[in-house]
Amino acid sequence: MFDIAIIGAGIVGCSIAREFSRYDFKTVLIEKNSDVADGTTKANSAIVHAGYDAKPGTLKAKFNAPGSMMFEKICGELDVPYKKTGSLVLTFRPEEMKTIQKLYDQGISNGVTDLEIIGKERVHEIDKNLSNVVVGALYARNAGIVSPWEMAIALAENAVENGVEILLDSEVINIEKTAAGYRVYMPDKHIDAKYVINCAGLYSDKINNMVAAPSFKILPRRGQYNIFDKSIGNFVNTVVFQCPSDVGKGVLISPTVHGNILIGPDAEDVEEKDAVQTTLEGISYIWNASSRSAEGLLPGAVITAFAGIRARSDTDDFVIGESKEASGFINVAGIESPGLSSAPAIAVYVADILKELMGRADENMNFNPIRRKVMRFMELPEEVKNKLIKQDPRYGRIICRCESITEGEIVDAIHRKVGARTVDGVKKRVRPGTGRCQGGFCGPRVMEILARELKIDIKDVVKNSRKSYILTGETKDHCLYEVINEFAAASKEI
Amino acid sequence: MHEYDIAVIGGGPAGLAAAIEAKKNGADEVLIIDRDIELGGILQQCVHNGFGLHIFQEELTGPEYAERFINELKDLGIDYKLDTMVLGITEDRIVSTVSSSDGLVSIKAKAIVMSMGCRERSRGAINIPGSRPSGIFTAGTAQRFVNKEGYMVGRKVVILGSGDIGMIMARRLILEGAQVQVVAEVLPYPGGLIRNIVQCLDDYDIPLLLSHTIVDIKGKDRIEGVTIAEVDEKRKPVKGTEQYYECDTLLLSVGLIPENELSKGFGVKIDPVTGGPVVNESMETTVEGVFACGNVVHVHDLVDNVTEESRKAGRNAARFIKDKTSVYGHVINTKPGKGIRYIVPQIIRENNVEHSIDLYMRVDRIFKNEKLVVRIGETVIKKINKAYMRPGEMEHINITAEDLKAGDHSLLTVDVE
Amino acid sequence: MGKTAITCTICPIGCTMEVSEDKSSTSGYLVRGNSCKRGEGYGITEVTNPTRILTSTVKLKNTNLKRLPVRTDKPIPKKLIFACMKEINSIEIDAPVKLGAILIENIFSTGANVISSRTV
Repeated sequence: MFDIAIIGAGIVGCSIAREFSRYDFKTVLIEKNSDVADGTTKANSAIVHAGYDAKPGTLKAKFNAPGSMMFEKICGELDVPYKKTGSLVLTFRPEEMKTIQKLYDQGISNGVTDLEIIGKERVHEIDKNLSNVVVGALYARNAGIVSPWEMAIALAENAVENGVEILLDSEVINIEKTAAGYRVYMPDKHIDAKYVINCAGLYSDKINNMVAAPSFKILPRRGQYNIFDKSIGNFVNTVVFQCPSDVGKGVLISPTVHGNILIGPDAEDVEEKDAVQTTLEGISYIWNASSRSAEGLLPGAVITAFAGIRARSDTDDFVIGESKEASGFINVAGIESPGLSSAPAIAVYVADILKELMGRADENMNFNPIRRKVMRFMELPEEVKNKLIKQDPRYGRIICRCESITEGEIVDAIHRKVGARTVDGVKKRVRPGTGRCQGGFCGPRVMEILARELKIDIKDVVKNSRKSYILTGETKDHCLYEVINEFAAASKEI
Repeated sequence: MHEYDIAVIGGGPAGLAAAIEAKKNGADEVLIIDRDIELGGILQQCVHNGFGLHIFQEELTGPEYAERFINELKDLGIDYKLDTMVLGITEDRIVSTVSSSDGLVSIKAKAIVMSMGCRERSRGAINIPGSRPSGIFTAGTAQRFVNKEGYMVGRKVVILGSGDIGMIMARRLILEGAQVQVVAEVLPYPGGLIRNIVQCLDDYDIPLLLSHTIVDIKGKDRIEGVTIAEVDEKRKPVKGTEQYYECDTLLLSVGLIPENELSKGFGVKIDPVTGGPVVNESMETTVEGVFACGNVVHVHDLVDNVTEESRKAGRNAARFIKDKTSVYGHVINTKPGKGIRYIVPQIIRENNVEHSIDLYMRVDRIFKNEKLVVRIGETVIKKINKAYMRPGEMEHINITAEDLKAGDHSLLTVDVE
Repeated sequence: MGKTAITCTICPIGCTMEVSEDKSSTSGYLVRGNSCKRGEGYGITEVTNPTRILTSTVKLKNTNLKRLPVRTDKPIPKKLIFACMKEINSIEIDAPVKLGAILIENIFSTGANVISSRTV
């Protein structure tokens, strides 16, 4: 029997799991996909918002600023790439200055520090490629960028190292209230827990409705992005927003923490929760909209596109708290922007709720907040590189040519707790496949390494989900003979 | 730090030919560095024939062509390092390498030949809309799986792009028991050699849809199908022409890009049209003593041309280290004119042209019964009648040293007239 | 027989030709659409006895490389391609093997051998 079952291993679920691992709680983290951070956490703007955007009095406002201030410490402990770049909300017309004045006031009210309204000249000092039509901007020095999926993975790894159990490929299909708490059913098993935390993102309404009457509805809202080749350099140095409208923060241009440039997202309400397709219209829209902030990005420099779906709640705010109907069932739902930024603060808040409900908070005496450092080969100084290769020659073999990632890093990513088991799992952890060739060169090699290290047949290596097979068989396979026979028989003669 | 006479970056057809020619022309210590576990580069996965028609008057397969050069290389005692990645090159010709056997090793060379080849354009780079399931491969990656590792990549295939690699793989997959539904090509004409259209598509009744492209990809885990639509002259999809094709595999043959990250890293000037270094008549880049040849300079159709070009680079790298090349004298710049996309080399130093020089170029569309007109300044120095020219087949013009003197100017242009 | 459309592959022009039976001609066929004599010859051969060099791989044992590239040393009749593929797929070769080694002799009595494309 577990004390706590957390449903959903996205940034929120993983943050909560790691927070709970500080205490002597018996915790299990349940995830329906084959890997952690496979939903919205891997497909968003990756921004740590300063916190001026949320309406005061909302949960978004309550958690954004405090959450974002926790990133430096957490990312340091967990060795997660994070950069405080600062952000600009650009205005293009004098009337828009009123809007950003409002944002400024909101920011102060929400506890945001280092916020100022600046004029055109200062804007161009900060980021020279920005449009000449800019009137002014709201400059937030504390905004930053992070790798959301690496953070979720690091949180999960740290949580598991500190005693949390994790169940992957485990979709929750039903939950029943029991005398002691809840029985959580998955297709092939079930677990019992005293308390359940619902962090199921896009499916959090579905999970809630298993134990209580619907109290919120998730309205999926898709956003599409384009990523640019590193060769275009520092096209922008800060996260560049446009003056917001009703539908959202608008299309931004931002550096990524890995050195690429990102544009997006648009905001399109979609029917399906898994409508993660990109569309011609969506990509076209983000190009047009982003060019308002800065011109000069070329289609030839695009390396990939993706779409993420926001788990927007019809209540227009986060839904965080114990269910009114189902005691001991905590919803942490509707986590759309600024969800990533708020996650660390939400985790502390939810831990407090649980400590109160459980009436105890014994510390985990073995809790270690530090994750073993990831040896990012190319970032190491020369002497360290050589020593590392002598210790483990696999660090001397470069597998991903575009990003210079070594075999040693890939093997390490596979063997850590909550390690990579799929091609995308390797990609998320150490980045082969994120460069300009998009896995064309390293793909076969990564698959070989996965097969060897996991002791599985290379034909069983998948891209991400269990059904995303890559190879279909061997050449010269006997089953193919039937097809070849048919052809031979049907061979035409002129 | 060990100093070699010549360091060759990449041991594919270009690097092999350059190294051999450098050695034969007096370079003593020549070293090839390659990231793969064997020499031969991309040729080792090209099991089809068609290589060597001009160089050997034979139609060899890729591995056969490679073996000829590898044997000669070994006979000449040329050094090579395998399973080794070049991390960077400096202007003073220091090459930083890393390998699991030797760790980080810096190599100094009196001259460098860059022959890193090219990479394939990806789905992401051309922004094909739709979902991102498994089962989408670039043709070259699929070729590696099928030909070297012995794995099939799918059963029901759609191919985007009528470049040679795509067509070759269409045939290869059919012969290994897969079904190839259709090849879609966004341009109004095929990208690769006619011979491949006949022997890879027509032979197997695979339809080729010109002026068509993929506008959507469906599939949650593995690809399930694609939507193909016609495109207009601006290459924009035409509404109402969409057709859905069920498939479990999509192969992309949508262009090759010279792989010049190393070159850009130390200031080599890149020609924005070819994507490769600006080179002179000796195949030298804008950095002294650094030469380049093969697909890294511009994407070739025939390996025979790669060999010719690379021999030139190797020969001149050897001459360079013996101070035999002239940096003085009249310099002519080449410029693509009407109908020409690019010309290689971009710079000609007259004093280094002994007998003649080969200009390589591509036209930007199909031309029938036109002339290629070469001018220096206003003076026409050569006119060649061409019954048929297409972008998918590289053209070449031989200009004699005499021809070069005929015009009194610094600009050589080629126009289609 | 009717008319058969043939795209010539002799030179980059790639003439679209039409080949039909013509008992009155020396060859027995009439070729239209070609720009040269070589094209005419090609068209007739394509219609009467189209042949191709077949290239593929075979299973390889005893070494790290899993597949050995192979080809026929002469063109074989097009209609025998799939039958030959079946034959090629059924064998397994042991390394070491030399470039040019005959792996299948006189495949389907075509007079062509299947040979190794590389030394392993």
